[in-house]
Amino acid sequence: MRFTSLFAGLFLTTTAVAETPVLTILTYDSFVSDWGPGPAVEAAFEATCGCDLRMVGAGDGAALLARLKLEGSRSDADVVLGLDTNLMAAAADTGLFAPISITANYAVPGGWADPYFAPFDWGYFAFVQNAELEAPTNFRALADSDLKIVIQDPRSSTPGLGLLMWVKAAYGADAADVWTDLADNIVTVTAGWSEAYGMFLEGEADLVLSYTTSPAYHLIAEGDASKSFAVFDEGHYMQIEVAGKLASSDQSALSDQFLQFMVSDAFQSIIPTTNWMFPAVTPAAGLPEGFPKPLSAKQSLIFSPIEAAALRNVALVEWQTALSQ
Amino acid sequence: MADSTIAIILRIILGGAVLAALLGFSIGTAVAVATQGQGLGVLSLADWLAIRFTLWQACISAGLSVGIAIPVARALARQSFIGRQALITLLGAPFILPVIVGVLGLLAVFGRAGWISDFLTWAGFARLSIYGPPGVILAHVFFNLPLATRFLLQGWAAVPAERFRVVHSLAASPWAYFRLIEWPLLRTVLPGAFLLIFLLCLTSFAVALAVGGGPKGTTIELAIYQAFRLDFDLSKAASLAVVQFSLCGGVAMLAFLVPLPQTDGLGLDRLPQRFDAYAHRTADCLWIFCATAFLVMPLSAVLFRGVGHIHNLPHQVIVASLTSLLIALTSTIVCIAMALSLALAFARRGMAARNLAEGVGILGLATSPLVVGTGLFVMIFPFAHPMTFAVPITASVNAMMALPFALRVLMPAVREIYTDYLHLRCSLNMTRWFWLSRIVLPRLSRPLGFAAGLAVALSMGDLGVIALFADPDLQTLPLLLYRLMGAYRMDQAAGVAVVLVAQSLALFWIFDRGGRGYVGSK
Repeated sequence: MRFTSLFAGLFLTTTAVAETPVLTILTYDSFVSDWGPGPAVEAAFEATCGCDLRMVGAGDGAALLARLKLEGSRSDADVVLGLDTNLMAAAADTGLFAPISITANYAVPGGWADPYFAPFDWGYFAFVQNAELEAPTNFRALADSDLKIVIQDPRSSTPGLGLLMWVKAAYGADAADVWTDLADNIVTVTAGWSEAYGMFLEGEADLVLSYTTSPAYHLIAEGDASKSFAVFDEGHYMQIEVAGKLASSDQSALSDQFLQFMVSDAFQSIIPTTNWMFPAVTPAAGLPEGFPKPLSAKQSLIFSPIEAAALRNVALVEWQTALSQ
Repeated sequence: MADSTIAIILRIILGGAVLAALLGFSIGTAVAVATQGQGLGVLSLADWLAIRFTLWQACISAGLSVGIAIPVARALARQSFIGRQALITLLGAPFILPVIVGVLGLLAVFGRAGWISDFLTWAGFARLSIYGPPGVILAHVFFNLPLATRFLLQGWAAVPAERFRVVHSLAASPWAYFRLIEWPLLRTVLPGAFLLIFLLCLTSFAVALAVGGGPKGTTIELAIYQAFRLDFDLSKAASLAVVQFSLCGGVAMLAFLVPLPQTDGLGLDRLPQRFDAYAHRTADCLWIFCATAFLVMPLSAVLFRGVGHIHNLPHQVIVASLTSLLIALTSTIVCIAMALSLALAFARRGMAARNLAEGVGILGLATSPLVVGTGLFVMIFPFAHPMTFAVPITASVNAMMALPFALRVLMPAVREIYTDYLHLRCSLNMTRWFWLSRIVLPRLSRPLGFAAGLAVALSMGDLGVIALFADPDLQTLPLLLYRLMGAYRMDQAAGVAVVLVAQSLALFWIFDRGGRGYVGSK
């Protein structure tokens, strides 16, 4: 807690504390959970950096951005990990991020070049369900069915925002209609991905907004083949998750070191079976057995960061209005 | 007597300062917020729908609570049975029950994976889904039905026993009975009860946060939180806060016109002999049984599940408990100090005192914690990191929220001491010390203990401002519980609920008992 660290700083002259630099990473909840990549990443980086890596979970991905705006330059975080391309433009506009120069042999579809952010993994949004359920084949079919879904709030969660973009990419001007039709299928809107996925696993809904790679978790980690995802004929919207360095950081060099570590094999090989996403740089050992293949380019939908930023408010108002009625 | 003139002036200055602080807190923060707002133009259609939903659900919730309370209170007033007094005491419990624990219990009983859904599936029906408007209304009725029942029961208790006897001996028809006895009492109690519950539902936050289910169940209070924490759109949060403040203020004005019911539970111990009890036995028992089941089932669901997982609590529970305790005790001290200053300063001023108590009470009820929180954030933000002040801010907002109830308990007690004993002090020329230690404190300790118990329990269970200011490092027990529910770790959530309820009740008991114990020792 801040008060204690303040006291420590004021009254204690412990040189031991001063010698170990602390790198604070602001990230989303599921990244730091016991079963997420957090613990392994922390151990791997601390083995080489001679520092104390502190990861702070602050809700889901989109809540990170609101939190940054709220804290402004007073933030004590050094690196923000867990924004995505839909939020990148808005994040860069805050002026809170510092330029970085990270090089890697990215496996991200479409390649990567951005002055402020580096990608660490990517995937496709999809509705995950029990395999025996007859899967809806598109949003219209889902809306016409009696199936119950759990989705995430686009204001706090990157999957939630990704879904807005997905519907927008697939239906454009008709997106509002699709949302109106979907409204009665939605059991509830959760603040983050973890909440929604937990509800689905407890049987509170037939489908949950997650990723095409989520069933692989059940298959590989639990030997359970009972989950699958619904293949939508409109295609699947892509998410590329990114990290950036804060301009207010007092650990600038260490932050750069972490970001470079992030695209190295040590970090990237942790991603597939902890975050259950495609790694941004293919690990030397390849993807684990049973991990799904990427979809074809024809099935992949994505807006550029600029397009997504321009669409966000319109899409949000459509969504909010349709679901309020 | 110069000494006592100074003392009186001091008391008035102190009371005035507290009053000024209160006004600054409620109206000052609203003004700070209003300067940030850019008018109602920034509100989208969804925001207006949220405002409409807030009013609609408050209407339905208050209507249902009061409507169902009529037959339940009538049954309780008419029948005498073993455990009646315990049941009436139990009706006071939801008032100090942490909202989030109640919600957890309702989910366990009425949720999609709850008992009733299990039964429905077994019987071949679809499962219930309480997320959204039904859940919000259900939770509001759960919390306010007992309150309404107690108000009405007090109305019934105020009817002289002779009237029941006369009506019975005249063999009055049910209609005459209703017209002569029930209608007059309902007419005096119902409007106040409805208005009070309407106001409570208008400022509801935790319920909508937990079971609102998205935009369809968003209250203004929740919309303020979202504009603030999710969009960091201060001007929208401010505009919503202005709407909320105006609505609450408007309803509070109405509250001045009708007498608000008392909440002190006086007179509930006495049951006039009712000759018509036997005739209504079946229906009354059914009402009492249903209401009791509705109240007891969710609570026992949580507590039973929680007790089984008490060994499996998350490690954060200790720090969260200490944080909650720190906030609750601070806010209790502040609340009692404010209430006592006000009571001592104004208790002898007759009508003015009553108006003041009423005014502060209504002001406290009409003040939305989230508006105050937003206002304080806006005021602090240019100078410091507002999150650093999360603990003092939460403690003072909680003190403010508990003040109306503490004042209601303390004001009459102080007034009584002055009327009954002041002449004694003057004629015996008692020293201040003697007067305070031998006369005032022993007589005030019981209401003080009760008021402090209420304040501490209300603060322990609060989930409002803390959500606005919390960062990942800081959590109170209710916030931890909410986060565990969010992560769908229901077993651990139930375990934490047990800890939270146990701590709240224990603190309430310690203060309440402490006050009584002091009296006993004299």
